[in-house]
Amino acid sequence: MFSFFVILFQGKGKVMEDEFKVIDNYLMIRMPDEIDHHRSVYISKMADQYIMNEKVGNIVFDFERTTFMDSSGIGIIVGRYKKISCFGGRVFAINADSQVRRILLLSGLNKIVEIMD
Amino acid sequence: MIEIVNVRRDKQVMNEMQLEFRAVSDNEAFARMAVAAFVAQLNPTLEELSDIKTAVSEAVTNAIIHGYEGDHQGENSVWINCLIRKDVLEIEIRDTGVGIENVEKAMEPLFTTKPELDRSGMGFAFMEAFMDDLEVISEVGQGTLVRMLKKLGTASWIDQEE
Repeated sequence: MFSFFVILFQGKGKVMEDEFKVIDNYLMIRMPDEIDHHRSVYISKMADQYIMNEKVGNIVFDFERTTFMDSSGIGIIVGRYKKISCFGGRVFAINADSQVRRILLLSGLNKIVEIMD
Repeated sequence: MIEIVNVRRDKQVMNEMQLEFRAVSDNEAFARMAVAAFVAQLNPTLEELSDIKTAVSEAVTNAIIHGYEGDHQGENSVWINCLIRKDVLEIEIRDTGVGIENVEKAMEPLFTTKPELDRSGMGFAFMEAFMDDLEVISEVGQGTLVRMLKKLGTASWIDQEE
């Protein structure tokens, strides 16, 4: 039973390495191809763990793989922004395609997120 | 009681489909892809397709996490009806969950009853922005019906008018 949990944990660890990376004071998050409520729960939880444990100040969302995003993506970004902004942290969005960009602009998120190519 | 809107067999309805699936969040992706596949016959542009997918995703997510709160999610279903009437796509998304007390308030941008789940409160705002028409019918304890219309291929339609 114990070994089962170890395997489960190791499996999670591999996914983590792939999607979350800490560089200096920045947390890089590689967003999945489709961001909806189902996926967002996991991303938010993992990002919060990194913010707590690694004490990262800024967050970079990498949308390179992302072809679909709904309002759950807005929830992820706003939720993380609230957690780091009180310490002067900044949020960036990179490699956003036109669909993701539209969602970011429509929700007025361009005021708190720096959208870059 | 929310009436189950049966597919109207008028002549203008060129195609129709009905979908019932279990109210679990794994099905959000399935629902929007199924609708997108159905819409493909109308030759939508990529932008129209992503508009429709976003709107469907918002409505289905609402039905699952707000309509059926907590333990009832897996026991219940969400229904989708799609109609194509000429070049207008009509999508109805229905649940038999808790219903919305104040629809007007729920439709306000940034209003959410679940801030702890990182919900942004932009669901209805996105549906309104991405579709041409949005109608929400709800009754507390009975469920919610979201009806959305979108006219496709408006570019060619404008050419014909001229």
